[in-house]
Amino acid sequence: MNPMATAVDTLRDTPFTIGGRTFHSRLMVGTGKYRDNDTMVRAIDASGAEIVTVAVRRVDLDRTRETGVLYHLDPKRYFLLANTAGCATAEDAVRYARLAREAGFNEFVKLEVIGDQETLLPDVQGLLEAAKILVKDGFRVLAYTNEDLVTALRLEDAGCTAVMPLASPIGSGLGLLNPYSVRTIKRRLHVPVVVDAGVGTASDACLTMEQGVDGILMNTALAAAQDPVAMAHAMRLAVDAGRTAHLAGRMPRREVAVPSSPLEGMLD
Amino acid sequence: MNDTIDITVNGQHRAVSPGVTLLELLASLALDPRAVVVEHNRTIVRRPALGDVRIAPGDAVELVHFVGGG
Repeated sequence: MNPMATAVDTLRDTPFTIGGRTFHSRLMVGTGKYRDNDTMVRAIDASGAEIVTVAVRRVDLDRTRETGVLYHLDPKRYFLLANTAGCATAEDAVRYARLAREAGFNEFVKLEVIGDQETLLPDVQGLLEAAKILVKDGFRVLAYTNEDLVTALRLEDAGCTAVMPLASPIGSGLGLLNPYSVRTIKRRLHVPVVVDAGVGTASDACLTMEQGVDGILMNTALAAAQDPVAMAHAMRLAVDAGRTAHLAGRMPRREVAVPSSPLEGMLD
Repeated sequence: MNDTIDITVNGQHRAVSPGVTLLELLASLALDPRAVVVEHNRTIVRRPALGDVRIAPGDAVELVHFVGGG
């Protein structure tokens, strides 16, 4: 079976390729904030995701608990995408990215440079600065950014492998606040556009994929759901549904009704 | 003569034996060198070199790994 086939065999999707690697699933998931590791493992499995994000942190020297995520996730099964979450300066983000690469899985990094602690919105100046350094250093940079077209274009010019505009702030679950901007970014960029952050439930994921973006990355929507495994399954379906609807091409919006049943043959 | 030197490991003060290597430090903390990335005074030290780098007083060592994140 062609893994790129959608539910309808008349539609053929293009492969989802990022930085020369091809994936079947357009859903990428995080590994943070799950109530326990077993739930995380089952949710990620149910999501069908192949790319999973991880963070770089100090080892707990007292080892009161085992915090290493690789004790629970098989790095042979999943493509590990390290992030620079929590970094507030370009310098910190570069430092974290280099530590992550040294762990030896791949040269991909999800670059975050946070500019405001309340909204966790990106510092676009620091982001561009870090992106340039990391690209020069051989990284494949997936840049978490806001839904601003000009920043997205500059990140692409800087050599980023993918640009990741937010749907809404990290962990907010507010859904896709600006479909127009995300659609515009997708239309104007050549590199993959993956919406990262803000999706709260399946309809958000579906609506986001309907904009034509290449994929979605989410974490809290699964981890903070009452049943993360069931929500992961719903997200998998929603991403497929939204992608397929995008490929199918929606009907035009009209301000007036158009009857679906014949006007002829009505009784006197 | 002091029989220990003061260093910082992951932000915590520690006393270690003079001349101890990074590899020996990991062993004393019961850490598998394959499971951590080591930064010594802001420079990443690759696994094969861990046994060659000796720790000096005041050194800062960071031991990191992957944790759950989004």
